[in-house]
Amino acid sequence: MLETVDPRINIIDKRLAGVKRIIAVSGGKGGIGKSLTAAVLALTLSELGHRVGLLDLDLSAPSTHVILGIEGLYPEEDKGLVPPEIHGIEIMSIVYFSGDNPTPLRGIDISNAMLELLAVTRWGPLDFLIVDTPPGIGDATLDVIRWLKRAEFLVLTTSSKVALETVKKVIRMLRELNVPVIGVIENMRMGGSGLVRRELKEVPVLGEIGFDDKIEDSIGEVNKLLESDFAASIKEIVMRNPGFKLSSYHF
Amino acid sequence: MHEWALAEAVIATVIEESRKEGLVEVRKIKLKIGELQQIETEIFEFALNELIKVQGTLITKMKVEMDIERAIFRCRVCGNEWAFGDASKMSEEESEAIHFAPEVAHAYIRCPSCKSPDFEVLHGRGILIEYIKGR
Ligand SMILES: Nc1ncnc2c1ncn2[C@@H]1O[C@H](COP(=O)(O)OP(=O)(O)OP(=O)(O)O)[C@@H](O)[C@H]1O
Ligand SMILES: [Mg+2]
Ligand SMILES: [Zn+2]
Repeated sequence: MLETVDPRINIIDKRLAGVKRIIAVSGGKGGIGKSLTAAVLALTLSELGHRVGLLDLDLSAPSTHVILGIEGLYPEEDKGLVPPEIHGIEIMSIVYFSGDNPTPLRGIDISNAMLELLAVTRWGPLDFLIVDTPPGIGDATLDVIRWLKRAEFLVLTTSSKVALETVKKVIRMLRELNVPVIGVIENMRMGGSGLVRRELKEVPVLGEIGFDDKIEDSIGEVNKLLESDFAASIKEIVMRNPGFKLSSYHF
Repeated sequence: MHEWALAEAVIATVIEESRKEGLVEVRKIKLKIGELQQIETEIFEFALNELIKVQGTLITKMKVEMDIERAIFRCRVCGNEWAFGDASKMSEEESEAIHFAPEVAHAYIRCPSCKSPDFEVLHGRGILIEYIKGR
């Protein structure tokens, strides 16, 4: 009678049932600070007393483990996979399994790998699950929208017209799909042009982050990261915007 | 994928789909499981039975038929086709990684003929409920 269903899709909502808010960090272009923002946002929310998880969905080029200096960890096997906890954050990444081997994945593989991770990961009760995504409006982003139905998007841009052009498209797509957008952060701000605020009218601009020329020295060291100018900007943005309150306006 | 997580997903799906169809009793389901999932069938069956026990009457009499589908790869560069079983020589660590996240096969397996990591999984990935029979 009933035919071919993938049971993994069905279990995702249950796996995320104890998660209050899911925030996907996205943005059209590569290298604009999505992963750094995702990692530092997770740290910041955790410092503020929230229970936080971090899911790295950049499956071919995971990097949040590098930013947070995670090494030699492995999820615990208990009726699924329990993500290891580092600095109070539950972290799940494909890197536990792929290690330092290049892992070339095409669209269908990305979807399957993501489905697998979402179906087996047993998150604890969390206030926030922060999701790092690869650049572009590609498979991972579309799968986040399809499978993480409660995900809200935090969109990154730089001050460059080049980044902004793509970010506008991302935002338009999210709005057409009725996906909640918390707002936009302008990263590596140059000058005081105000271009981003002028160009992006439909979504709140949450704040700006300047170019932090010392950030590279903090990569891999959580304490230094938390003391960085970058983290100070993130914290200010979190404190200032209602979009990061636990009970956001979306509910 | 981990057996318990998978069993839970199967049971939850069977219950949901059967309710949608208005079934009062599920008699049989058939599962197709990809070899790449590296499932320990004994643990999986045990998990399924444990879960069936704690559910209500809807699935207490349910029989589960399982089909393990051999994993077959095809190289996108040279067209070579080969079976996961042939590749072998994998370390315990690698095969455990594939067990948890089958797609990381792309990190450990290369085309035996041209060494490319750009191959397609033709068969033997994922898990499907092929049918649910009942009344
Ligand atoms: N405000 C900043 N000041 C200085 N360097 C920054 C800033 N934001 C990000 N970076 C640096 O820029 C580089 C790219 O950042 P990151 O990896 O977070 O970008 P990404 O958008 O995730 O890239 P990808 O699209 O490849 O995933 C990193 O080396 C990061 O440390
Ligand atoms: Mg990144
Ligand atoms: Zn080949």
